[in-house]
Amino acid sequence: MARITLDRLAHSYSADPRKPSDYALKEINHVWEQGGAYALLGPSGCGKTTLLNIISGLVIPTRGRILFDDRDVTTLRTEARNIAQVFQFPVVYDTMTVAGNLAFPLENRRVPRDVIEARVKEIAGLLGLERVLERKARNLTADAKQKISLGRGLVRADVGAILFDEPLTVIDPHLKWQLRSTLKELHRRLNVTMIYVTHDQTEALTFADKVVVMHDGAVVQLGTPEELFERPAHTFVGHFIGSPGMNILAAKIEGATARVDGHAIPLPRAYPPFPKDQRVEIGVRPEYVHLRPSGSGIPVKVKRIDDIGRRRIARVELDGQPLAASIADSIAIEGDEGSLAFDAEQIHVYTDGRLAAGKPLVGTQS
Amino acid sequence: MRTVNQKAWFLVLPVFAIVLFSALLPLMTVVNYSVQDSFGNNQFFWNGIGWFQELLDPSSQLGERFFDSLWRNLLFSAVILLIEVPLGILVALSMPRQGWTVALSLVVMALPLLIPWNVVGTIWQVFGRGDIGLLGYTVNRLGIDYNYTASPLAAWTTIVVMDVWHWTSLVVLLSYAGLKSIPDAYYQAARIDGASRWAVFRTIQLPKMRRVLLIAVLLRFMDSFMIYTEPFVLTGGGPGNATTFLSIDLVKLALGQFDLGKAAAMSLVYNLIILAMCWVFYTVMTNADADRRRTAIDEAAEASAAGLPPATTVELDRRAA
Repeated sequence: MARITLDRLAHSYSADPRKPSDYALKEINHVWEQGGAYALLGPSGCGKTTLLNIISGLVIPTRGRILFDDRDVTTLRTEARNIAQVFQFPVVYDTMTVAGNLAFPLENRRVPRDVIEARVKEIAGLLGLERVLERKARNLTADAKQKISLGRGLVRADVGAILFDEPLTVIDPHLKWQLRSTLKELHRRLNVTMIYVTHDQTEALTFADKVVVMHDGAVVQLGTPEELFERPAHTFVGHFIGSPGMNILAAKIEGATARVDGHAIPLPRAYPPFPKDQRVEIGVRPEYVHLRPSGSGIPVKVKRIDDIGRRRIARVELDGQPLAASIADSIAIEGDEGSLAFDAEQIHVYTDGRLAAGKPLVGTQS
Repeated sequence: MRTVNQKAWFLVLPVFAIVLFSALLPLMTVVNYSVQDSFGNNQFFWNGIGWFQELLDPSSQLGERFFDSLWRNLLFSAVILLIEVPLGILVALSMPRQGWTVALSLVVMALPLLIPWNVVGTIWQVFGRGDIGLLGYTVNRLGIDYNYTASPLAAWTTIVVMDVWHWTSLVVLLSYAGLKSIPDAYYQAARIDGASRWAVFRTIQLPKMRRVLLIAVLLRFMDSFMIYTEPFVLTGGGPGNATTFLSIDLVKLALGQFDLGKAAAMSLVYNLIILAMCWVFYTVMTNADADRRRTAIDEAAEASAAGLPPATTVELDRRAA
């Protein structure tokens, strides 16, 4: 029903934007495919809600165009677009019953009475709201209210995309899972595009097929949850996704070897020499750094060991740079001395924060 | 078993003492007067509930007079509420939501509230005079016969307009506060749902303003029911008895005729009426709340009956509200 194209879109809240920092949303080109489940992930204030509001028409962008399929909707009013939005705090019309709430968007669009009734029943069935249809909406729990605001979007036959703006913020933890699986289930059954804004990586990674990571008003990476984890395109993504985030170490690169304070670490790819003024770092996830007792490997100082349930994470220091490393259950560390072993093929090189492409070495892949 | 330390009563004791001297003892003298008759010279005779019987009997002279001013007063309050509440909402809706004009309009709105009652009365008394008042002179020159000292309608109109001028701001400020507390998401959702301006008002703004409006109605009712200064300054209750409201009648009776017994009985009944009205409003307000809470509890019970975790249903609702 709707493929959403963002064409050189940018937005600034100031009247006369000059510097890049004036822009809440920096130039973005992106296509949301029809029927996809997307997550828009980023910390507070990174521009994700601005982007969402531009798509829904609550904000008119400073520059660029939005296309629904091939129709330019950039300046079209919200109610004329075929989108629905679910907000952070549940929005229900207090004085109306649940059925009244669900019927409201259709009544406003002068849909015939009998069509409305049938549609309300159908959507209430999908969302599991049949039992409370005649109840006043204001007396329901927060998760039921969120279902109602979602229902008000679904009830419209023309809706091609549903936007979610951190919809689980006020929901109790044990109901979050339920509501999220309801969403996934609906996405499977209905052919609608869903865009889900969140700053919670677990929510984003479990909900979406494709995750768009935003940072400081710009998209830094678009990928599947696995891609974001295995090959972060930016040190920000590496750090933001994963718990704890990726280790970033200042390093010197010489071909296929990284030097961190004199220790040589072999890399899976060879890199050309980088310009002097670029900040060069290597990134490796704690999952691929292993702490062992002192001996072979790079000597480090062990600060502390955190037991985070399924596994243990060691906080260590490599010549002044903090690092997180995995530590196998069978290994006991005596004192504060240890040594590190890296999974070479999982080390990435970043220049000025961006992933540098290297040439794969032949024969070293294990 | 919990032991309760009763020593805290000593902390409240001063308040009790002050209330005793400032309210309770004076009230008792009124009660005392209301059951006696006096012919001056500080001579009092026991009259039992005689004054009350006479007061509440519409066929007696006192009763007729009392009920006349009571109905007059109720009519006045009704007119005031019917004008000030819708007008206040309308003004609040058209006030700016952001920018420097917010502060400006708030100050302008607050100005009438800062002016003392008798000053308001005097302003309008002069303003409405046919010879030197701008309003009175202009209206008369337009060919409309306007003279508040002669025509009951003119006197009523003047007092109503005066009160609207003086107190609509209160309703405006309360409604504005109610409107400001509505999160933007509601308006955005309404836009997405394609709601018209009227639908937004009916389904979002009015329900969200319900509580402050109830307070506004309560305050305006109480105040207009006790109105004294404005009609007193304007015409002293005239022309005839046209603007003699309960408080004016009471003063006439007590200080004009020095009928202390009748006046005391009347002021007690007047007091009881106001208390009763307060109680009704209070009950309506708290019942609205209790209704909310009860349904939330029903919900929790029903949810647990249906096998769903009942855990935090009530709290959740409160947090979301």
